[in-house]
Formats: sequence, C-alpha cells, structure tokens
Amino acid sequence: MTQVKMTVNGKAASGDVEGRTLLASFLRENLGLTGTHIGCDTSQCGACLVHVNGEAIKACTMLAVEAEGADVKTIESMANADGSLNVLQQAFQDHHGLQCGFCTPGMIMSASALLKDNPKPTEAEVRHYLDGNICRCTGYHNIVKAIMAASGQDVSALAAE
Amino acid sequence: MYNFDVEKPTSIADAVKALSRDEAQPLSGGQTLIPTLKARLAMPSVLVSLSGISEMRGVRLADDGRLCIGGGTVHRTVAQEAETHYPGLASLAARIGDPAVRNRGTIGGSVANNDPSACYPAGVLASGATIVTNSREIEADNFFQGMFSTALEEGEIVTEVKFPIPEKARYEKFIQPASRFPLVAAFVAKFNDGVRVAVTGASENGVFRWTEAETALSADFSAKALEGLKLDGGSMISDLHGSGTYRAHLVGVMTKRAVLGLI
Ligand SMILES: Cc1cc2nc3c(=O)[nH]c(=O)nc-3n(C[C@H](O)[C@H](O)[C@H](O)COP(=O)(O)OP(=O)(O)OC[C@H]3O[C@@H](n4cnc5c(N)ncnc54)[C@H](O)[C@@H]3O)c2cc1C
Ligand code: FES
Ligand code: FES
Repeated sequence: MTQVKMTVNGKAASGDVEGRTLLASFLRENLGLTGTHIGCDTSQCGACLVHVNGEAIKACTMLAVEAEGADVKTIESMANADGSLNVLQQAFQDHHGLQCGFCTPGMIMSASALLKDNPKPTEAEVRHYLDGNICRCTGYHNIVKAIMAASGQDVSALAAE
Repeated sequence: MYNFDVEKPTSIADAVKALSRDEAQPLSGGQTLIPTLKARLAMPSVLVSLSGISEMRGVRLADDGRLCIGGGTVHRTVAQEAETHYPGLASLAARIGDPAVRNRGTIGGSVANNDPSACYPAGVLASGATIVTNSREIEADNFFQGMFSTALEEGEIVTEVKFPIPEKARYEKFIQPASRFPLVAAFVAKFNDGVRVAVTGASENGVFRWTEAETALSADFSAKALEGLKLDGGSMISDLHGSGTYRAHLVGVMTKRAVLGLI
C-alpha cells in the first residue's frame, strides 16, 4: 500500500491505495464520492470523467497514485455554494438533457471542460467534443441543446432531429 | 487487474534503471495499457510511470528545421503546439480518440504500441521521422515491424520523435465510430524531392508505405495520378467492421481525398 494525497473538490484528501487502484475507485470507495460513475470500465464511455488539474480525464483509466498532488474536481463540486444546481446542471434539467442519468455526471464534467476552453461553441463543436461520452437514453440532441443553452446561446432554432 | 508496484522516476536515466527490474514495463498515458491490464493481457510486476519526466515533454523546432516532439507529450499538446510548424501533424493529433484520451495519451506510447489502426504510426512513417530512444536513433522505415511490433528492445524508451517538415501534408481518417480509431486512414506528405504515403488500419502487417502511390504522386501530384492503382484486399484486415476488399478500396479513397485537400 502507498499513501496518496491530493486535493479533491477543494479539500485535502488522502488514503492508502494499491498500485492498481484506479482514480475512479479511490474517489468512489475511499472518499465515498459516488457521483463519478463507472460505466464501461474500458475507457470508452466517459461516465467516469473528472477534471485533473483542470483537464478532462477518464478516472477509470488513471491510477490513483498518478494523481498524487493533483487538483481533482468531480461532479460533487459542481452545484452552487447554496446547493442549487449550477447553470449547466440547470440547463440539463430545463432541456431534458437526461433520462436515466447514468451518463450525466460525465456529460456535465465534459461539457464544463469544453465551455472553459470554448465559451460559445457551435453545435458541431459540442458534438465533436462529446465523442468520448456515451448516452444510451437521450439520443444526444437534448444534451447538445442544454450545453448550448448553458453557454448563453439561443437554442429555440435547434430542432429535434 | 493483477497488482503491481508503481515507480515514478523524474529523469530518463532513472526510468531506464527502474525498467531493468524484473517484469517492469513503462506506463505513459495508460490509455492503451490500463485497459490491457484490466483484461489481464499483460501482468507486469512494476509499472514505471514516465509522466513525471519533464525532459520527455514538449514540442520544439530544432536548428536543422525538424520538429522534435518529446515522447511523453500528450496528443492535446501536439494538436496545439505543432499547429504553426506542421499543421498536417497537428490535425492528426487533434483527431485521435476523444478529448480525455488526448489529455493523457502520448506520442511515445502510441508509436511504441504500434496498434495496426493507430494514427501516429502513419504520420511518423509518411514524414520519414526518426524515433529517438534512450540509447539510439531509429528511422521510421526500420522502426515499425508489423502489428504491435517495433524495433524497440526490452526496457528501451521512446524519448523523442523528430519530424522533417514537408511542404504540405494531410491526414485523412475514415473513423470507426465505436472505437474512435481509424477504420482506414492515409497520411500524404509532399516534400520537395518526392511524396510519401503511409496507410494505417488496413494491412495485417500494420502501418505501411503505399509505394505505387508514392511513385505516381511524385511524378504528378494529382488525384488523376492515382487512377487505376489497386491494392490487394487479400493481405488486408478483414473483420466485422469491413472486409479486406473494402479496406483496400478505402485506402485509395482516403489517399485521393488527402491529395485533393492539398491541391
Ligand atoms: C477511447 C479511445 C480512443 C482512441 N482512439 C485512438 C485513435 O483514434 N487513434 C490512435 O492512434 N489512438 C487512439 N487511442 C489510443 C491512444 O492514442 C493511446 O493513448 C496510445 O495509443 C497509447 O499511448 P499512451 O501514452 O496512453 O500509452 P500507454 O497506454 O501508457 O502505453 C502503451 C504501450 O506502450 C508502452 N510505452 C508507453 N510509453 C512508452 C515509451 N515512451 N517508450 C516505450 N514504450 C512505451 C507501454 O509499456 C505499453 O506497452 C484511443 C484510446 C482510447 C481509450
Ligand atoms: S467508465 Fe471510464 S470511460 Fe467508461
Ligand atoms: S441519460 Fe441514460 S445514459 Fe444518458
């Protein structure tokens, strides 16, 4: 066992892990942050997406020991300080951007990484950025719409396909 | 995954030393290796993480005009920093996998792995790049030796790849949407003394140079020059995503699109 220390959602976090412990398992099992989902466990679906030092990372494909000293943010950090949904989360609710909700934490983390780099993406840019986030329910359209709306763009013309 | 120890050297010299341990294997972005370990297709006892080695990261233009990319440089950085010097290569890096894969996956990991459908081997081979390791320099033409096989010796690390910069170049990727890898892709690089064409995703022997197309395009850089050129579908990968004949056909289409995009 090795001790790892990192900052998770602004707080110091540490724990004893094996070499093979994944960042996703550390977040879920050691820290109880179960908002980070494990969907495929093969780096394909993006349900486990978190931010490591500000970058979108699949937590099922990074070892916990490699996040030593890093600044990690998960879905649990996304709500506003008063506990209300942030703009992106609220847009997913308003535009019906989720059904079962399993992919949603990854979608929100991915979308927030996109909006940080590109505050007003086009529809094509949103779709391209979400290449690594798979949703079995929504057909993506309302997810794209929610992200466009959260970026302050008019989505009334975005017709359902 | 079976358990393993993880070492985190901060210099190439320390990494080489760590790799001399029994059953040790390098870990870069882990975007290929971690899924492989989960499937228990490999069981190293020590993973030597290369991501803390700063001398292996970065993109720089050398005095001889070549673009040098550190083996530990992630795809996202290449997409951003190679853009002004070698846009054809930057565009290849920008289309690998998805954003999270590009934030972790490295050029060194990609060329060392030599997946028969990977993007970088096509860019490296078509550019006539040189692969630099901790102990020697290897020409791309001698480096890739068939599916998942390279000239690397046990414990040898790809520390840098040096790219001659062509006059113009373009990568055409026909995406396999489930894996996000190419089904077939072609990289066409036009130098002042000739054209090089490398193809990935197609052959049972991994990345290869399509020499007939190179000769034709070196004489006449036009889509017309490719007319009538045919590859044998029998030596191409045939699976549920596409037959060998289909892949052979796609090689022609991708090469033609690359040329059309350059004229
Ligand atoms: C969803 C998904 C989509 C992808 N799509 C594409 C795609 O479209 N195109 C594409 O080309 N790739 C794609 N990849 C693969 C990705 O680019 C990998 O990152 C890359 O192939 C391996 O790089 P890595 O740094 O992750 O290496 P790792 O996974 O860490 O290592 C891969 C292998 O190389 C060895 N190794 C690592 N670094 C070195 C080094 N410096 N020297 C010597 N040996 C080394 C390791 O021991 C291991 O055997 C995809 C991956 C995923 C998960
Ligand atoms: S659980 Fe990590 S990508 Fe699917
Ligand atoms: S809402 Fe069910 S997987 Fe996306």
